[in-house]
Amino acid sequence: MEHLSGGEMLMRALHDEGVEFIWGYPGGAVLHIYDALFKQDKVEHILVRHEQAATHAADGYARATGKPGVVLVTSGPGATNAITGIATAYMDSIPMIVISGQVDSSLIGSDGFQETDMVGISRPIVKHSFMVQNPEDIPMVVKKAFYLATTGRPGPVVIDIPKDVTDPSRKFKYQYPESVKLRSYSVPGKGHTGQIKKAVEILLAAKRPVIYTGGGVVLGDGSALLTELAKVLGYPVTNTLMGLGAYPATDKQFLGMLGMHGTYEANMSMHFSDVVLGIGVRFDDRVTNSIAKFCPGAKILHVDIDPASISKTVMADVPIVGSVTSVLEEMLELIKQSDTKVDRPAIEQWWKQIDGWREKDSLKVNPAPDDVIKPQQVIQCLYDITGGDAYVSSDVGQHQMFAAQYYKFDKPRRWINSGGLGTMGFGFPAAMGVQMAFPDAVSVCVTGEGSIQMNIQELATCLQYQLPVKIVCLNNQALGMVKQWQDMQYGGRYSHSTYAESLPDFIKLVEAYGHVGVRIEKLSELKQKMTEAFALKDRLVFIDVMVDPMEHVYPMAIKGGAMKDMYLSKTERT
Amino acid sequence: MRHIISMLLENEPGALSRVVGLFSQRNYNIESLTVAPTDDHTLSRLTITTMGDDRKIEQITKHLNKLVDVVKLVDLTEGAHIERELMLIKVKATGAQRDEIKRTTDIFRGQVVDVTSTIYSIQLVGTSEKLDGFLAAISGTTILEVARTGVSGISRGEKVLSV
Repeated sequence: MEHLSGGEMLMRALHDEGVEFIWGYPGGAVLHIYDALFKQDKVEHILVRHEQAATHAADGYARATGKPGVVLVTSGPGATNAITGIATAYMDSIPMIVISGQVDSSLIGSDGFQETDMVGISRPIVKHSFMVQNPEDIPMVVKKAFYLATTGRPGPVVIDIPKDVTDPSRKFKYQYPESVKLRSYSVPGKGHTGQIKKAVEILLAAKRPVIYTGGGVVLGDGSALLTELAKVLGYPVTNTLMGLGAYPATDKQFLGMLGMHGTYEANMSMHFSDVVLGIGVRFDDRVTNSIAKFCPGAKILHVDIDPASISKTVMADVPIVGSVTSVLEEMLELIKQSDTKVDRPAIEQWWKQIDGWREKDSLKVNPAPDDVIKPQQVIQCLYDITGGDAYVSSDVGQHQMFAAQYYKFDKPRRWINSGGLGTMGFGFPAAMGVQMAFPDAVSVCVTGEGSIQMNIQELATCLQYQLPVKIVCLNNQALGMVKQWQDMQYGGRYSHSTYAESLPDFIKLVEAYGHVGVRIEKLSELKQKMTEAFALKDRLVFIDVMVDPMEHVYPMAIKGGAMKDMYLSKTERT
Repeated sequence: MRHIISMLLENEPGALSRVVGLFSQRNYNIESLTVAPTDDHTLSRLTITTMGDDRKIEQITKHLNKLVDVVKLVDLTEGAHIERELMLIKVKATGAQRDEIKRTTDIFRGQVVDVTSTIYSIQLVGTSEKLDGFLAAISGTTILEVARTGVSGISRGEKVLSV
């Protein structure tokens, strides 16, 4: 048996766990670990320029691959800088391991240099956390951390390691545990068959059903089964912001995204449905609008791996706790066996009604005069030139909603965005993480001139590691979503949402970082310039697209209303 | 409605703070909390009394169950159970009051566990209601200090909370 130091054990354990990449930033408390990292060549470390970016990059990698992302930061400010990224991953249930250095065990609690209570600060935003007390514990702690992060409802796990625990002069026997068992933690497997049967009977008897699915189907790799279920039943499907790609957006049974900026047909169908089958969703406030007015005539069938998500906001008539794949498999089997058959005439009638709502064409883009570019047109153009096959990450704001509405995702794990926490600054580092995972794929970050400035320092990381991310900046010279709300609810008083006179010249900026910049100001040159930019396959290109600054995102839910209550444009509402 | 939730907790550093943190994070209230090791040194038993309707209590128990350090949990108020709380109370006891306080203590089956010429320290065990009742009964005297442990409890009959 080998004898290794704590730092060496950590690196070996990560390798034994199958880790390819670590995103991190060195500092005093992790120097022993960085030295152990230097002396091995199995795990590749990517040096970011800010710890927040390390967490978002690991997060993007995790969302795109399904594998946990790994982050290494130092104590104190290194740890606190990682917090926003941990919270982002927690809200969207992303598997992530964050290893933070800590001051020497003997100094803990003494307000030592760069000391912070990382386990305490991160407690409400982690699935679990560990403070390693002895070097011998490292292999088991790592094993437990990966097990917890990746099973059940996934989430981030923090491992806080005091510096003396990784001391290179103290060596210990190393053996990586083959399995792990936690008596207090069990992973829900199959759902309750009786409940699934009950749900299937209600589903088959439905006259106005909607299948409403979310991030859980993406995370649980349930897309193929979901598609099969929808096809067998012939029912309409809508996805949440987090669930886009779980069902092919170009399919005729797809109603588009639902919720605050969902399509007219998706929200109307939900409101007038008689059965809602929610899978891997949490009836978030951005979906339901007023809970009291939510889907008044519908029976709610709710499938989720986390029992705490069920009946949290909307009471489920039939709750089913289980993994999405096992429940969907069982549902498909039970549908085959059931004597109840789909009520085809009723469903046909339902589709007629839905097609009527579709005629509203709520995502229709009205071209602007004078060759001005509408932001929606940029996403449409992006979709066309990438053949719908890119990995698209986004930041947060209007551009995020436009990307969600107009880029038709046919595959899961292609749409990478911070849905729960809504973290500006997420998109660009996330796109780096995606690019590391898939060097030959097209990794695009759709952003705004506000969000991109929240992690723009990563342009240096992209140069160092030759990451040819494409940044599409919908530049409306304002914090667009804030401004939209100020237009609609605050009499157009733009309190601190505009800064046109102080925006940097992004082209010069990216050139200073050694990349290529392209500015597009006219609709007539949009397609050609975008195509040219994307043709530069081995370069990072920043595409600064000047768009109509007055554009709003529609449809938009009317606060306090039901799902059917929406603004459809600046002048029209339901 | 008041609920008594009792759980077995891994005897790990930080476990208690996860439970308490969950309550503040999700805006649940804690009326009382008591925690101590059990006969199994790897486990602590923690008992919380909290208020809420059925839906809220369901959410609380679900979220507690999600905590990795929580091994097992029971809502004692769902079935027949025994609940006890211990109170130590220090009162001014002089003159005629000395006898009166002693008599009241006897009626509540409490004990005077420490005494000086002017002070009684009384120990009382029972349900929280009984302890409240005692405090009301001696409200005429000068209460100098009250220390209550919070509620601890156990199910009646065969039902046990164990690993």
